[in-house]
Parts: sequence; structure tokens; C-alpha cells
Amino acid sequence: MILLTLMAIVVIAIVTQRSLFGVVILSGAYSFLMASVLIVYDAVDVAMTEASVGAGVSTVVLLGTLALVKTREARADARQPLALFVALVVGAALVWGTLQLPSFGTADAVIHRHVAPYYLQNVVPQTNVPNVVTAVLADYRGYDTLGETTVIFTAGIGVMLLLRGAWRRAQRNRKDA
Amino acid sequence: MKAIQTFIDHYNYFITIFLMVAGLYVVIARGNMVKKLIGLSIFQTSVYLLYIAPGKIIGGTAPIIDPAFKVYSNPLPHVLILTAIVVGVATLALGLALVVRINEAYGTIEEDEIFRQDGGK
Repeated sequence: MILLTLMAIVVIAIVTQRSLFGVVILSGAYSFLMASVLIVYDAVDVAMTEASVGAGVSTVVLLGTLALVKTREARADARQPLALFVALVVGAALVWGTLQLPSFGTADAVIHRHVAPYYLQNVVPQTNVPNVVTAVLADYRGYDTLGETTVIFTAGIGVMLLLRGAWRRAQRNRKDA
Repeated sequence: MKAIQTFIDHYNYFITIFLMVAGLYVVIARGNMVKKLIGLSIFQTSVYLLYIAPGKIIGGTAPIIDPAFKVYSNPLPHVLILTAIVVGVATLALGLALVVRINEAYGTIEEDEIFRQDGGK
């Protein structure tokens, strides 16, 4: 609960912060808080991924971008009533929707009575992998994971194509000058 | 009294919604593209909480089978969100590459300046 409150505070800081460098560092802190919360929620695999990918890789990529662009947000704080209105309406709809959800941590919620018990009971006899998350990701849903890696591969190709063109033009400009 | 109980039971959802709304606001209201992308990733990470929090059982443990434990939290949201995290960082990297490219073409990453250079309003 305290961690969640801290996350909210960090997000307020991100929204109000003008220096992009500060925003990037704060979003790293946000990712680590997220990882801590995930550990409290028993999602240890997800927490590890979030700490390494969210707080590590994302921050490095963002800092790499900041090295190439201006690091100061230009506009003076213009109030955006329409954006605020849209955000508040969405928020109110979501609050209204979640009020009917089961209370936090109850064991007999619908989510725990569907296919999750099947996996928990059969994972060791069927796959011999004690970590259920790993077994579902790589054994039962292996093709989905293959699709996921395809997405990452495509994104990687896209990044390479975009940045290589930029690098080449920079080389040419240097030669001309 | 009941209202307070409901509030405490759903506190995680309220924080999740707050993060989501803050991310949405940043995406709409801020003109700086790096800031926009960070807002988008806050929006995205709030969805992780929305998925993982209902999977937690109080008194349960991480879903790694061991004879010493009986109650495990739900492993399925964890699997879904593992995928989402990795795809999220891939899209963030692609977006940032586009930002670098836009900065090269226009010399700025502020949305209104780009519109002005394009001869828009």
C-alpha cells in the first residue's frame, strides 16, 4: 500500500517535471517501485523482468535518445482543459467499473477458479518444471512466445532501419562540410 | 464504515487507475514527444498492475511448486504480463527511434513547432 502510494507520487513528479533528464530518471525509479510492488504480489518472474527491462533497458534507451535530442521541454505550463476532462471521464468510468470487482487477495474470486487450478495441479506431472510461470510460457503456450519474439524482432529491424539511415546522412553531411 | 472497507479493498485498483489516467493525460496534453512516450509507458505499466493484483491471494506464495506450500497466487496473469513488458519495451524503442528521426528532419521534438514548420495552423 505504501509502495503504491509512492508510485503515485513519482508519477505526479513525472507529469510536472520539465527537464527530460529528470523525467527519465524518475521513470527508472517508477519501474523499480513497480518491480517491488510485483514482488509483494508474488509475481517474482515479472518483477525480475520489470527491474531488468523496465528500469534497465528502457532507461538506457531513453538516455540514448536524450543524447541526440534537446533535453528540455519547451512549452510553459499550458493548462489543457480538454485533456484533463478526457482523463477524468476515463478515470471515473474505470473507478465505476472496478467497484464491482472482488476485494484484493480473496482466494475464491472467479479468476482463481478457471484454468489456473489445472495448471497448478498438472504442471509438475506433465512438464517436470516446478516454476508454473516458466512452464506455461515455454511449454503450454510456446507458440505465443514465438509470436512475441517475432514482434521484438520486427521492432528491432525497424529501429535499425530508422537509425542507420540517420547515421548515414550524418556521415554525408560531415563530408560536405 | 462499509465505504472505508470498500476503499481499502480496492485501493490497488484506485492507484492503478490513477497511474493510467496520469499516463493518458501526459499523452494528450504534452507536446514533447519523449514525454509523450514516457506517458504511454506509464499507461502501459499501469495495466501490469491491473492484471497482476487480482491474481494475488493473501497467504499465498509465488507460483513455484514446492511440497512446503499449499496456496499459490494465480500464475496466468504473470505469463501474460511477462509478454507485455517485453513487447512494451520493443515498442518504446521503436517510438524513440522515430523521435530521433523526426528530430533529425525538423530539428525539434515539440509537436506545435513541427506543425508550424509544416505550414499548419
